[in-house]
Amino acid sequence: MSARRWWPFLALALLVGASAFPFYWAIVASLTPEARLFQDPSLFPTHIVTDHYRALFTERNFWLPVRNSLIVAGTTTAFCVSIGALCAYALARLEFRGKAALLGFVLAVGMFPQISVVSPLYLLLRELGLINTFPGLVLPYLTFAMPLTVWLLVGFFRQLPAELEEAAMVDGAGRLRAFWEVIVPLAVPGIATTAILTFVYSWNEFLFALSFTLGPERQTVPVAVALFRGQYQVPWGQILAAAVVATAPVTLLVLAFQRRIVQGLTAGAVKG
Amino acid sequence: MASVRLEGVAKTYPNGHVAAQGLDLEIADGEFMVLVGPSGCGKSTALRMIAGLETPTAGRIRIGDQDVTALPPQERDIAMVFQTYALYPHMTVKENLAFGLRMRGAAPDAIAQRVEEAARALGLEQVLSRRPAQLSGGQRQRVALGRAIVREPKVFLFDEPLSNLDAKLRVETRAELARLHRRLGATVVYVTHDQEEAMTLGWRVAVMRDGLLQQVSPPMELYRKPVNQFVAGFVGSPEMNFLPGGLLGDVAPGRGGGVTLGVRPHDVRIVSAGSGDLDALVDVVEPRGSELLVYLKLAVLPHGAPLRVVAPPEPAIEEEQMVGIVFDRARLHWFRTEDGQRVASPSVRPISAPGK
Repeated sequence: MSARRWWPFLALALLVGASAFPFYWAIVASLTPEARLFQDPSLFPTHIVTDHYRALFTERNFWLPVRNSLIVAGTTTAFCVSIGALCAYALARLEFRGKAALLGFVLAVGMFPQISVVSPLYLLLRELGLINTFPGLVLPYLTFAMPLTVWLLVGFFRQLPAELEEAAMVDGAGRLRAFWEVIVPLAVPGIATTAILTFVYSWNEFLFALSFTLGPERQTVPVAVALFRGQYQVPWGQILAAAVVATAPVTLLVLAFQRRIVQGLTAGAVKG
Repeated sequence: MASVRLEGVAKTYPNGHVAAQGLDLEIADGEFMVLVGPSGCGKSTALRMIAGLETPTAGRIRIGDQDVTALPPQERDIAMVFQTYALYPHMTVKENLAFGLRMRGAAPDAIAQRVEEAARALGLEQVLSRRPAQLSGGQRQRVALGRAIVREPKVFLFDEPLSNLDAKLRVETRAELARLHRRLGATVVYVTHDQEEAMTLGWRVAVMRDGLLQQVSPPMELYRKPVNQFVAGFVGSPEMNFLPGGLLGDVAPGRGGGVTLGVRPHDVRIVSAGSGDLDALVDVVEPRGSELLVYLKLAVLPHGAPLRVVAPPEPAIEEEQMVGIVFDRARLHWFRTEDGQRVASPSVRPISAPGK
């Protein structure tokens, strides 16, 4: 019995170790004095300093990119989920001509390599006067995140029994009301999952953020970190501290929503 | 309360499947109408068209004196109980019951009062604050029922509401539904595939097959005078026996040419061998308490389908025994073999030419 049982745990331990180690290393390094980083690297921090973090927020004004990222990722997620949910509901439930083609098109748009559209998008945004603005980042993010949102949500909505909305409509609710009162509460786990993915995508996005911003006042976290410069050397300690700060909200978000997802799944049981 | 009228209603799906055609049906105000038929016969589609969940491709639907053909479900003032109950899983029983009233903008204290009444009538007072997942199957069924009755709609639609209950609960709930209907006096359209449920509940029963109405009659007339072989075989349990008409050539219309004899298992008597209309070998005897269900093999048709006969428990009948059988001449049914249509029985009325 034990021979069978410990294998999965070993595999899990390896997986967790491999994924968590870089993050752990970043945390350790971000707390190690700059001088020790290359001379005396240690798995366990012996000499903890918070210099890098302090420098991050005092010298480099790291709040600005964090704020920018929150605005861009938050707005993108809000638009994606609200518009995407309605699109997905229509695609999941309503019968209309060209539905399959539309779904295919949505998927195809999501498959475009980003690099191929950077130049045309740049020209477009420049014409619209949106370079170095928040809308100038949110709009391109929507074009990439929305297909993902729609596809995920179509799947979630299709899983919900159609009879629930039919019951709601017979009970006197219009389609939108039925959607809002019955479908949305039941799809919360799916919507939360989708929102997380969209948020993480927009939070981490680098290429557009680098191409469509001009200065620190609109730069997002990944761009700001990549552009960190020291006078004589690469400020590794600060970069790693910034990486920790950038990863933390996403990690916290996933942890917070994870509970909601599990809750939603168990409470939403239709038949016992 | 209102009547429901279907006028030439048809539904053809985009893939070409014809779910219903030429449905003409008038359901009187306060009537309990049952639509029954095997799965895929179009009964659920018909119900969903009355509900407004499907749009007919032809014909009109009227509720009361209003043409509702183009109206969405929420404007039809109907209530529906679904086979899966379709309770809102994220709402408590109370919220489930109140939902329809809330959607229609009823005042909060009126809602509270109606919900309380319905909960009392259905014995749900103790579970009002629970969610559907915490209820038993029977309780869920009651909530679904309650959600329909709080609204006091013009028409109640039931889509196989009892099929998820176990046998005992189903019989109890069936009686309760009949009581409920008597008390409310509401118009009911009830869909089921179970002929027994149809017979016990319906004032009239509409039998459907392949999207077509076969017969619309009160239950006993359906049983006594089925218009065709399909209805005859569908209604009644155990099922009617069908034999070549020539077996009883002396009483058959047209001496049994081109007709099929239908006889119910209750209308055949077992006598001693040689003294009946035909001789048969007892194949299997199934005791059913108050009676025996006997499967016989006719001597003249040794490879035909077994003949089902319901016999009194006494005298005992042995398997592998030769017996005689007597048909109750007053209760024979004749059907044209080519299309299954009923042919008037010559023992009741003068012979009408078969194949007319």
